[in-house]
Amino acid sequence: MNAVLSTILKRLGLGIATLFVVSAIIFSSISMLPGDFSEAVLGQAATEDTVAAFRKELGLDKPAPVRYFEWVGSVLQGDLGTSFSGRNASGQDRSRQVVDLVMPRLWNTLFLAGVTALIAVPLALFLGLTAALYRNTAYDRVVNAATLTTISTPEFFVAYILILFFASLWPVFPSLANIDATTALGERLYRVALPALTLTLVIVAHMMRMTRAAIINLLASPYIEMARLKGASRSQIILKHALPNAWAPIATVIAFNLAYLVVGVVVVEVVFVYPGIGQLMVDAVTSRDIPVVQACALIFAATYILLNLTADIIGIITNPRLLHPR
Amino acid sequence: MTDPTDHRPEANHDILLKMRDIRIDGYSDEQWHPIIKGVDLTLRRGEIMGLIGESGAGKSTLGKAAMGYTQPGCKLSGGSIMFDGIDLAKASDRQKRQLWGTRIAYVAQSAAASFNPAHRLIDQTVEAATRRGVRPDAESRADAVELFRALQLPDPETIGNRYPHQVSGGQLQRVMTAMAMSPRPDLIIFDEPTTALDVTTQVEVLASMRKIVEEFNTAAIYITHDLAVVAQMADFIQVLRYGEEVEEAPTRQMLTRPEQPYTKSLWSVRALEKPEVKGDDIVLSIDNIDAAYGPLKVLHDVSIKLPRGRTVAVVGESGSGKSTTARVMTGLLPPLSGTVTFNGEVLPAALKDRSKDQLQRIQMIYQMADTAMNPRQTVEDIIGRPLEFYLGLKGKEREERILELLDMIELDETFMDRLPSELSGGQKQRICIARALAARPDVIICDEVTSALDQIVQEGILQLLLRLQKKYNITYLFITHDIATVKAISDEIVVMFEGKVVEQGLKSEILSPPFPDYTKLLLSSVPEMDPDWLTNLLENRDI
Amino acid sequence: MSEQPETYAAAAEVGAVRKRRTAWERFVLLMKSAPPSAWFGMIVVSLYILVAIFADVLAHYGEAEIHPVPFAPWSDEFVFGTDQIGRDVLTRLIYGARNTMGIALATTFLSFLIGGGLGLVAAINRSWLDQALSRFVDVLMAIPSLIFALMLLSIFGSTVTSLIIIIAVLDSTRVFRLTRSVAVNVAVMDYVEAARLRGEGLGWIMRREILPNIMPPLVAEFGLRFCFVFLTIAALSFLGVGIQPPTADWGSMVRANASLIQFAKYDITAAITPLLPAAAIALLTVAVNFIVDWFLQKTSGLRE
Repeated sequence: MNAVLSTILKRLGLGIATLFVVSAIIFSSISMLPGDFSEAVLGQAATEDTVAAFRKELGLDKPAPVRYFEWVGSVLQGDLGTSFSGRNASGQDRSRQVVDLVMPRLWNTLFLAGVTALIAVPLALFLGLTAALYRNTAYDRVVNAATLTTISTPEFFVAYILILFFASLWPVFPSLANIDATTALGERLYRVALPALTLTLVIVAHMMRMTRAAIINLLASPYIEMARLKGASRSQIILKHALPNAWAPIATVIAFNLAYLVVGVVVVEVVFVYPGIGQLMVDAVTSRDIPVVQACALIFAATYILLNLTADIIGIITNPRLLHPR
Repeated sequence: MTDPTDHRPEANHDILLKMRDIRIDGYSDEQWHPIIKGVDLTLRRGEIMGLIGESGAGKSTLGKAAMGYTQPGCKLSGGSIMFDGIDLAKASDRQKRQLWGTRIAYVAQSAAASFNPAHRLIDQTVEAATRRGVRPDAESRADAVELFRALQLPDPETIGNRYPHQVSGGQLQRVMTAMAMSPRPDLIIFDEPTTALDVTTQVEVLASMRKIVEEFNTAAIYITHDLAVVAQMADFIQVLRYGEEVEEAPTRQMLTRPEQPYTKSLWSVRALEKPEVKGDDIVLSIDNIDAAYGPLKVLHDVSIKLPRGRTVAVVGESGSGKSTTARVMTGLLPPLSGTVTFNGEVLPAALKDRSKDQLQRIQMIYQMADTAMNPRQTVEDIIGRPLEFYLGLKGKEREERILELLDMIELDETFMDRLPSELSGGQKQRICIARALAARPDVIICDEVTSALDQIVQEGILQLLLRLQKKYNITYLFITHDIATVKAISDEIVVMFEGKVVEQGLKSEILSPPFPDYTKLLLSSVPEMDPDWLTNLLENRDI
Repeated sequence: MSEQPETYAAAAEVGAVRKRRTAWERFVLLMKSAPPSAWFGMIVVSLYILVAIFADVLAHYGEAEIHPVPFAPWSDEFVFGTDQIGRDVLTRLIYGARNTMGIALATTFLSFLIGGGLGLVAAINRSWLDQALSRFVDVLMAIPSLIFALMLLSIFGSTVTSLIIIIAVLDSTRVFRLTRSVAVNVAVMDYVEAARLRGEGLGWIMRREILPNIMPPLVAEFGLRFCFVFLTIAALSFLGVGIQPPTADWGSMVRANASLIQFAKYDITAAITPLLPAAAIALLTVAVNFIVDWFLQKTSGLRE
């Protein structure tokens, strides 16, 4: 077990280091702001005093490394800073804490992503596995062409077609997925039906293709041919010989696609006006609300890193070479 | 029913496998191409058939077809495969599965890749026997331990509890033999089982395979490209070339009285023997070299001297440091300590510090001519580049010189605009020789240059190299693991083992007693073309 | 049994000799072997290219010309109606082909220049430079590229130049990885070592020994990356932070007219209007994907 543990620890260390560097990149982006940015935020009428005070609040008067560690420190304590919006030249400050903006929306996004994953992952694995097993049949070709078309299609196209059919022509679902903290679970599921369906279509297409490729790759191994030549049946080959070696590639495929889901969520949230973190980020980019953009980017990046880390760890703990060292 | 190609007495009830007019096609370039063009094969119970041929002869495809199996991308387009009254060419997958792993078993070339990494060896060994209910699982396991013991595996009681990556390649190959033997099949297909092993390991694996096949009186098809190996194993030998049968005969008859020119040519390299000449004028020497790849030290105090116009052969098993020695000489791997001296002048250790003139004097020819030539360059580009680069030849001068070089390697001007993919294996290696010659070198390092070639082509290449040496007084450093090649070409021999030089001396000194221990082991492990070689060796070694 | 010559001649040796064909013959053979999906892809891509080139001839109105009626219905005057401020939708679709494809193409080229060049250098060099570049790329790839692009656009603003540079740099990480991995496989070949032993410089090795041998995967990747870049730019424009008005662009056209979809019951053509640019995007990426799929199957030679 020592080999497994040390490999996992190494991988964890790498993950933390990556997150650290990523946070530094995200942080340093604020230093690249054009000089007149304070004025843009505060309005044309800002006095020199208010601009100076604003710069001081951002910490622009301190050296960058100091600011970075202060920022990391406060992020670790759950303080993501204060939003730029709601400020004006008069000095009156109606801005909100970034945490208060981000947290409720983060839960909404996780809800949507979670619902999608629950449908998409089993479906995609099933389709990918069967397409690999029955490859070069009509079934395989149809599934392949359908998924190739889907992955070539922008998410918003899929979304609007669904809206056209299921919200406009045949109104069974709402076209706006507006929910708030008081919405009951059943109502929530009803309102996220179309966004979740859109994401599912896109994710299933990607995940199915990758699963198929991974399984076909696995089935080309000499030990699978050996199993055939030992007289094993198709189901025995899959269950006994392929599956124990398939966890690592399948975990990688799932993690990769969930990470993709995290990104796909941005566009879909905007289409359906879903109050999630993706929409928040797009709004913040439009209004150049840097602290909010940074917080969102950090959350997306952390999720991404975490998912890939999980996949690698699954790969490590199912690797017989590490489980049973020489 | 009589069969003119069958030299054996009539006893048809004994026939286990009868393949007639087998035709197999492979799919490539959007077309089906014939791989096996109508081959017959007959095997009786308890008999071992050796199937030999060069790479691409279709022997492995034919071997698998004996099980009724064709690889993805291949199809059986004709013929019948009668195994004990069942036509495998027509049998359903289900019928074939009933036979595979119980009555017909398969031993693959790469044991490391053919064992499932996720399961213990013992589970994989008894899998087929247990599934088909040959006998209760517990009995199969006990039997497997006995098989491990019979195959002389260390710790037979516990080795089965290990995973494939936990045992060595030679051991894994023996476990695979046990796996094949476990259900007591009537027929085992051995598909180049020892090709990936070192010679000293190969002897042990061969001995244990032969022992167990004889013990259970199992019929076998033994596929290999090595005639000496097949001579130890087989009762009959069938020679394949380009998917057709060339000749079939009992082993002893085949070795002593081959009928077809191709079969005769398979022996020819062994007939070639160059008289050794001593040389005193040292052109290149390496002295007290220590070298390492990162933290791994691979050469320890290696010194080798190359006399001008002579051939020094470096022999040893994989991992002995022979190729690393060549890398140090060429400057690809700067040594930790020690010097490379050329014509009395110490060369810079690293490639980038050597002058164009120094680079020009030492050229290299590689084992795989396929990868030694850029597939996107024509023969003209390949040979012409050193002419431009070192000698500054251009235009007509360059073209004339290329033609001269092509003439030296016995090719003509029609080859000028060919790409490497339009050449045969031997032609490719000739082009590589011409590229080395183009630089007008003093020394050519030949790294296993003939080991990837067909026997008949090997002889031609070796004769060419000898002729060029005589004509231009070139010095060769010849790296090889093949003793027959060493005898054919060398003046001096260097024996290497685990990064050290065991011996260096004239061919006659090294190849005659008294031998140091390792040289003796190495020389005695090289299979000879004598069916009794393995038997005698085992008696002498008293294992 | 095959007849063997008694005397051995190297030149006569039978080998894997292939019939030689001219470039045109090979092209014709290639086209003959193309499956229907590839034909479909090639026709669609050619049409798009023609539209982009002859946009000025094909369009009836100016790119940003505003007519008095916003959201006009489909008619002879305005084939697909007008948009939210009264611009002809067909005209903007035609110019959009030029703008969106042009920007995506420029971005992909830039990304290959950066990623491909550095990938080649890293593959040959294999020293600290390779290590540094590879680790740096790992970190960049740990941030989802759309998110990274959004963040950088919020800082540098959404001009066409910053859009091209930001996306090209982010996308070049993937090109770098691919180029490096295929080039490493070629760089360990004996013929590259032979060139180094001959004393050839880095430039020769890159251009003459390695590049010609990694072209097929790079060409396929170019198609795939183009699709990806094209979709990314469309998504950014759709989100309102990509290509900015008045430049005609398919992504932002979808967003601007999206509200028409709710009128589907009253006028189906109005509801289809915002879907037209989206369909234009989808059709092009599907077409390119079909071509790449076929190309990959041809060049890899792998048949499952």
